Amino acid sequence: MGFKYFVMFIVLLAVQVLFLNQIQFSGYINPFIYVLFIMLLPVNIPKYALMLLAFAMGISVDVFSNSLGVHSAASVFIAYLRPGIIRVITNREEDMNEYPGLAQTGWRWFLGYAILMVLLHHLALFYLEVFTFANFLNTLYRVILSSVFSFFVIVLSQFIIFRD
Amino acid sequence: MRSLFRLLVKNYPFLLFLFLEVISVVFIVNYNSFQRSRYLNTSNAISASLYSSYSSVVQYFGLKKVNKHLMEENALLRNRIDQYESSLLDSVRLETSSDSTFRYIPARVVNNSVNRQQNYITLNRGRKHGVKPDQGIISSTGIVGIVTSVSESYSMGLSVLNPRWSISAKLKKNGYYGSLIWNGKSYKNAELGDIPFHVDVAVGDTIVTSGYSSVFPEGILVGKVESFTQPPGENYYVINVELSTDFKSVTWVEVIDGIKSDELEKLKQATFNGEDGI
Repeated sequence: MGFKYFVMFIVLLAVQVLFLNQIQFSGYINPFIYVLFIMLLPVNIPKYALMLLAFAMGISVDVFSNSLGVHSAASVFIAYLRPGIIRVITNREEDMNEYPGLAQTGWRWFLGYAILMVLLHHLALFYLEVFTFANFLNTLYRVILSSVFSFFVIVLSQFIIFRD
Repeated sequence: MRSLFRLLVKNYPFLLFLFLEVISVVFIVNYNSFQRSRYLNTSNAISASLYSSYSSVVQYFGLKKVNKHLMEENALLRNRIDQYESSLLDSVRLETSSDSTFRYIPARVVNNSVNRQQNYITLNRGRKHGVKPDQGIISSTGIVGIVTSVSESYSMGLSVLNPRWSISAKLKKNGYYGSLIWNGKSYKNAELGDIPFHVDVAVGDTIVTSGYSSVFPEGILVGKVESFTQPPGENYYVINVELSTDFKSVTWVEVIDGIKSDELEKLKQATFNGEDGI
């Protein structure tokens, strides 16, 4: 069980730093697929484990992209908010599946989940990266553009890998 | 005391959250000291060698562009040799001590970015090749960056696309100098400030390094003036410079080892501290 998540950690980190960080169209867009790791951890994982794993993922991406602290802060941020987000978008009557993947939860739930997680992550990430609210709109524009692409990459990945 | 303890245990996720965020923010704020530490950036052995083997595969895709740049540089250098040879023919040689102030170390870019707010560049040359922090990085098309962190066989530096440093640059035609800094918007442009209003500036003017710092020799190409404005209430132009280096495709670079830069720095230090004995 733990082995599966270990492989997922390594694969997503490699895809992130070797592939997605290298494609740089238009100087604005950089999709971040590693958010998927934080999204796909089991629903009933203890909060401390969720945050520590998110921190480990964030700091690994940071080391590879010379942005120490930025990705780890954004990852811990969404890891902390994740239980709340899941509670908000889940109907009370529904029986919550333990694994929050697309195959287990269905389209509507997963798309809402992905949009919220990606958007919150990117908001934290991009504003921490510039570390100022000057050029607020310019940064917001970058947040939205990159969010759209991350969202597509994350949904697409559900069809290619991590199907089980 | 006991109820306080119980409160802490009950709210442990929030406390852990705060703790991890504080660590991250400390990392972000203290970037300088951590960038210079050798382990938590791309000059460390694991990430640098990974990037190195990755880029040795990927660089084949850019060979056409690299070849074109090299041919252009060859042509430029050949023209220059011709000029020198013709001027040597009809001149008397003056015997001086050799004045090679700079040595160039060729290196390959193994990792680079253009779309962050702080962009860094990783090279496959390190301490054992003579690379040291605070050396300049140039390519055949112009300036690229400055080395900040060096490991045994890799080094990492700030590229021009990083607002955490500025470059002393001047207008080639009249020598007025200012500081060039990236504005975080496009990887093609940077801003040159500190040029007063009375200076004659025109679109298309060439910008080169000033040579006032020991990082870059004088006259390395930076770019050309794309547009300029006179902000109201200020005394200096804001000049939008189109950078000559294409940071998206930069592959081969040279690290500048200023052989006399230590001496120059020592002299500057002594002067600033009033220890020059006068």
